[in-house]
Amino acid sequence: MSKHFNIELDGREVRCEPGETLWRVARREGVEIPHLCYRDEPGYRSDGNCRACMVEIEGERVLAPSCHREAQPGMRVRTDSERADRARRSVFELLLSDQPERQDAHDPDSALWRFGATVGAQPDRFSAADRPAPDSSHPAIAVNLDACIQCGLCVRACREVQVNDVIGMAGRGADARIVFDFDDAMGESTCVGCGECVQACPTGALMPKTVLDEAQRLAVTPDRQVDSVCPYCGVGCQLTFNVRNDRIISVQGRNGPANHGRLCVKGRYGFDYIHHPQRLTTPLIRREDAPKSAALTTDPVQRLADFREATWEEALDRAAAGLLRIRERHGPNALAGFGSAKGTNEEAYLVQKLVRTGFGTNNVDHCTRLCHASSVAALLENIGSGAVTAPFAECANADAIIVIGANPTVNHPVAATFIKNAAKSGVKLYVLDPRGQALDRHATEALHFRPGSDVALLNAMIHTIIEEALYDADYVATRTEGFEQLKAGTAATGPEAMAPICGIEAPRIREVARGFARARRGIIFWGMGISQHVHGTDNARCLISLALLTGNVGKPGTGLHPLRGQNNVQGASDAGLIPMFFPDYRAVTDPQVRTEFERQWGTSLDAEQGLTVVEITEAAYEGRIKGMYVMGENPAMSDPDQHHARAALAKLDHLVVQDLFLTETAAFADVVLPASAFPEKDGTVTNTDRRVQMGRAAVPLPGDARQDWWIIQQIAKRLGLDWQYRHPRDVYAEMGQVMRSLDHIPWDRLDEESAVTYPCMAAGAQGQDVIFEYGFPTANGLGRMTPAAIVPPDERPDEAFPMVLTTGRLLEHWHTGSMTRRSQVLDRLESVAEAHLNPDDLSALGVKPGDTVQVATRRGEVSLSARSDAAVPTGMVFMPFCFTEAPANLLTNPALDPFGKIPELKFCAARVSVTAAA
Amino acid sequence: MNNDAAVTLDRVSHRTDGRRAGRFKPKGRQVDPAALAEVQALLAEHPRQPDWLLEHLHRLHDRFGYLSAPHLAALAHEMGLSQAEVWEVASFYHHFTLVKEGETPPNPLVVRVCDSLSCALRGGDRLLQDLRQALGNDVRVIAAPCMGACHQAPVAAKGLEVIPQADVVSVQDVLDGALPNAYLDEVIRFDAYRAAGGYETLQALSQGSLAADTVLAELDKAALRGLGGAGFPTGRKWGLVRQQPGPRYLAVNADEGEPGTFKDRHYLSTDPHRMLEGILIATHVVGISRVYIYLRDEYPELHRLLAEELAAVRFAGLADHVEIELRRGAGAYICGEESSMIESIEGKRGLPRQRPPYVAEVGLFGRPTLVNNVETLWWVRDIVAQGADWFNDQGRPDHPGPRSYSVSGQVNRPGVVLAPAGTTVSTLIERCGGMRPGHTFKAFLPGGASGGILPAELADVPLDFGGRLQQLGCFVGSHAVVVLSDQDDMGEVARNLMRFFMHESCGQCTPCRVGTEKALHLMTAAQWDAPRLQDLCAVMADASICGLGQAAPNPILSVLRHFPDEVSGEACV
Repeated sequence: MSKHFNIELDGREVRCEPGETLWRVARREGVEIPHLCYRDEPGYRSDGNCRACMVEIEGERVLAPSCHREAQPGMRVRTDSERADRARRSVFELLLSDQPERQDAHDPDSALWRFGATVGAQPDRFSAADRPAPDSSHPAIAVNLDACIQCGLCVRACREVQVNDVIGMAGRGADARIVFDFDDAMGESTCVGCGECVQACPTGALMPKTVLDEAQRLAVTPDRQVDSVCPYCGVGCQLTFNVRNDRIISVQGRNGPANHGRLCVKGRYGFDYIHHPQRLTTPLIRREDAPKSAALTTDPVQRLADFREATWEEALDRAAAGLLRIRERHGPNALAGFGSAKGTNEEAYLVQKLVRTGFGTNNVDHCTRLCHASSVAALLENIGSGAVTAPFAECANADAIIVIGANPTVNHPVAATFIKNAAKSGVKLYVLDPRGQALDRHATEALHFRPGSDVALLNAMIHTIIEEALYDADYVATRTEGFEQLKAGTAATGPEAMAPICGIEAPRIREVARGFARARRGIIFWGMGISQHVHGTDNARCLISLALLTGNVGKPGTGLHPLRGQNNVQGASDAGLIPMFFPDYRAVTDPQVRTEFERQWGTSLDAEQGLTVVEITEAAYEGRIKGMYVMGENPAMSDPDQHHARAALAKLDHLVVQDLFLTETAAFADVVLPASAFPEKDGTVTNTDRRVQMGRAAVPLPGDARQDWWIIQQIAKRLGLDWQYRHPRDVYAEMGQVMRSLDHIPWDRLDEESAVTYPCMAAGAQGQDVIFEYGFPTANGLGRMTPAAIVPPDERPDEAFPMVLTTGRLLEHWHTGSMTRRSQVLDRLESVAEAHLNPDDLSALGVKPGDTVQVATRRGEVSLSARSDAAVPTGMVFMPFCFTEAPANLLTNPALDPFGKIPELKFCAARVSVTAAA
Repeated sequence: MNNDAAVTLDRVSHRTDGRRAGRFKPKGRQVDPAALAEVQALLAEHPRQPDWLLEHLHRLHDRFGYLSAPHLAALAHEMGLSQAEVWEVASFYHHFTLVKEGETPPNPLVVRVCDSLSCALRGGDRLLQDLRQALGNDVRVIAAPCMGACHQAPVAAKGLEVIPQADVVSVQDVLDGALPNAYLDEVIRFDAYRAAGGYETLQALSQGSLAADTVLAELDKAALRGLGGAGFPTGRKWGLVRQQPGPRYLAVNADEGEPGTFKDRHYLSTDPHRMLEGILIATHVVGISRVYIYLRDEYPELHRLLAEELAAVRFAGLADHVEIELRRGAGAYICGEESSMIESIEGKRGLPRQRPPYVAEVGLFGRPTLVNNVETLWWVRDIVAQGADWFNDQGRPDHPGPRSYSVSGQVNRPGVVLAPAGTTVSTLIERCGGMRPGHTFKAFLPGGASGGILPAELADVPLDFGGRLQQLGCFVGSHAVVVLSDQDDMGEVARNLMRFFMHESCGQCTPCRVGTEKALHLMTAAQWDAPRLQDLCAVMADASICGLGQAAPNPILSVLRHFPDEVSGEACV
């Protein structure tokens, strides 16, 4: 629809698009006008303050900033006039006069110095002003404001792009300066370390500490750059590893479809774990004189106390022989394997294939069980597909967003930035969670309901929508079934009745229900707060009903989006790393499907569903499972009721662990195989949006560590399988033969495009972001609304254990901490295990922040420091589960959701008491 | 450059047994419950929308005498703003004192002494020193920019209450309880104004006996121009905004800050309803649904007056069709620039916006906005009632209409002079009783700090928008005429003006933020480095975002052009 027009640029006629800035027109014509405060990247608006890009427009009294001024028909513009040149040069001379000299510059290659040279600026034309002192308070970021030119790019990065709102421009005139919060040291501020400001800074005033020398000068520059994907959460940010001498020196965000160049603190500064001295570089075999016990704690540094180093031949032989022995003596179902959602799709596929064809059992699972198993169960049950129906970026097209049981600024930080962008642009945001969080400030309404009362709250909303006839009657009639059952099921759950259960006044529940129902387009995000309950599947059923009832699936700006946790939990599940499904969620119990896979894999397959993570642990405890192969998982930290889980691991006859470090789980191993870290391997991963993305090896493996796919294949060979994969692309090619979801997404295309979303309908076509426009992959094409009854949490507070313990993550630490606690920056930012308690509860206990408290449940007790956190409601204690010295999962309840088999990690009864003053 | 990666790797490598310090709280400053309770009590039922930030900062500052970090953190929390958003606004405005944790709150008793040109000419510097000496540590004596009482120079202020013709004795008297000034002694209040026919024009309009189109036609015909200083034809502006889609807003610029200007204070402190009626006429003619009166903080007696008189207007039912809010500036000259004022009304730092778009299209809260100066609106009623000809005939040939010149400096009777447009400085000096004894007319500022400086030889130039004045590189702006004599050092005059611009630069764009500072440094040399200064002037004039930076070089250029000898390094008197 756009109407082109012409302008005159430096005497030439040039075609322009409406809305195009003069800077962009000039660049298209091959002229790069100097620019500092303008960043030509997604999410950055032009501000036009530095005046480095001034051009002359005929008929105008003063010059105009080309980055900001839009072309108008007939404009006559000179980028090269004497007047414009002189102004640009003077601007650089003014700015450079206050800078350290170029040889002492923090970044002599910064845009400021480069463009300064281009325009011929004389850096010492004017007297220098006083220079502010450096601020080295942040572990990752060097703040040297003597190089700052007040261009405000970091403010826009922090406020408008990532919406972390830490950086401001304080003062006025010559006193204008960048501040963190109230002019605080960066390290003392609310800074979340996303580094967006560093990436945006055009002068070197903000730089990663890793590339500076003691004099704060750029000292380490990359000798190559490798484009890959972030190894942490399910958002799937694309990034570039900057490598020098085969070590990663820094990371920058890449303009991927999920992240638009953004990263969080983990992705940007959490890369150095791969170079950690504790990294395993040689295969290990348990020493004869080091028996296993449930109380085992192996110091990763003193690993030779329990293990001896071995050759790969010996270790692989030993690993395979133990598995073979158990298979022969006790049958295939005495074996189990855990793959990892941290590995690639190819590795996940190989692990499940190894277990199914080599072990001969479906006892294969991974940490999805602890994560979204209940969500997937509900999604499969009601809409026939376990994946998200729309990418998180669709929140920009929504009129209302619900975030429930999720804390995305901590767990999916970059996805959260898009939610905050949407809220800032006027989209209604409803945040529903027992704990307060950073999104609350951007929310239209934040409901801090009682923990465990999710179904009551959601049923009250559904009741309101039906009672007030706010549902999408047409959609309900044509696209769904089960309306009458839902209506009946929620007839008695009006907000007035539910208010006392969920602790939210009825009118507020109604307001939120109305706000969401009346929105033309609504999208729902949820996380572990929904799934990790004995009623996790019911919680998800309610959300599905809410979306279907309001017609909010299958259109732009709508959808159901369980925020997937691990970087490849979607892909690992898709690849069949779950006990009930072959790849692409095809049931192992379906004879036709099984025959198909038997033909494909050339062997007979187990016809029964296998055991899930927590069931496998239980079976190991009971002696039914005797041998395990664990690739990249850490059940000794991540499973509930750890005393029990560790006892189970200790009972195993044979445990093979393949990992980067001697994890808490590896401590129980008979054979430990040193594996590859994500930045060391090629392979694909699938993010929460269903985007399959290409990861590329950036650095070589350390010591004698090996590629995971190679290790799996070596074990397979020793189990009698004739595998001949030479590279992950061979594995991916085979996956393409058995997985329709990968149709039209061949390896070479991924290598070329870096990301393609499935489903993809034709070669070269774009993948489908929003799915189910016309129907659901259910038998009759309809989505089902399944009513959920109110089931209380398994273990409720009582006199002995009067509080609620809930667990989760910290922004800086990933899962069980095996990677992030070995990252210098991340561990520096959050180095101590702390129990988060409401200040009022702390006062009642007579405890000061930092004092030691004991948190006890029926399963054990843990001592740790107290943190005062007003976001935690009274009566609750929150513990992150990443600290091996104070493991939260020692305390958690292993009670399972009957459908998803997910433990109730978000709720158990606890007691907090004072031990000793710190 | 040391490119040995090993250096870095040591820095990258780490120990899990390294320095372990607990946080024991979430990141950053936490909200103190006691401070939050105080803030909530103070804000009471007032709105929490972001545009109220400045008002709430005033509320806290008025109550506690300074802004403490705990209060600001609580305010941020209460208003749903980030801490940075609050701090950057609070630290932008000079009337706020910020006190962080662990810092000692400053003495709440403040005496400000004007250091702008008209007061400096009359011994402002000496007054500042004398007061500092006389008052010692009991009072915080600080310099402050123009307070809009240049005809009473030198002035000081207790807090913000101006003390005219200040000396140590009069300041001490005021500190001891004497009334600081008599500005409102002759004010015409609502009843008197109405009794004399006030608001009849408005009522004719609101009742339909007078058509909006008629008013607009009359305004178009009248030579009424933007008297804040830009001189844009008022009728045309109203017409432009009226064509924009609604809702449309009106922002009244009562942020009179151009050094040497005090006419708006004069009109508001004598006859405020004439402006209020102008506002209400505008709301009918242009179709305005909300009005914001942005009054500079330096005029506290006018804030009280307008609050009272607005209440009377509302009570009389004259403003039922419109919301009118009175907003307070907080010590920032730049907020007199219309787009900065709009930013400030929105509760932000007063940074001028880029144009286009113009505020008539995209203004306050993104809506089409009519921005008018106090005096501009003040004339509207009479133009409508008495006709454009009545107005235009008060001018000189080719210079239609009357103008209010604020005359200050080395004249006998400084003050507001109502005179025909295009009046010359000679006439104005005459009207002000001639030069002070012992002073010989040497030069003058035709338009405040920004309008340049002209020598006495050019005393016959008509003082009006455009015309010969513009050809001379000067402008009349807000019609603030400062008269200089043979006893004034032109280099020092220029430095005074540049100090003002540096102090008042918002800091947004490089040419103004850095340029004013570098310029002032170059101007302190006995011999000015003309080529360097010329380059600096060029970039400031060509590349600054707003009029402040674009006009800031004017004093330099004027001195280099008309008084080069005084900055040539040769000894001068």
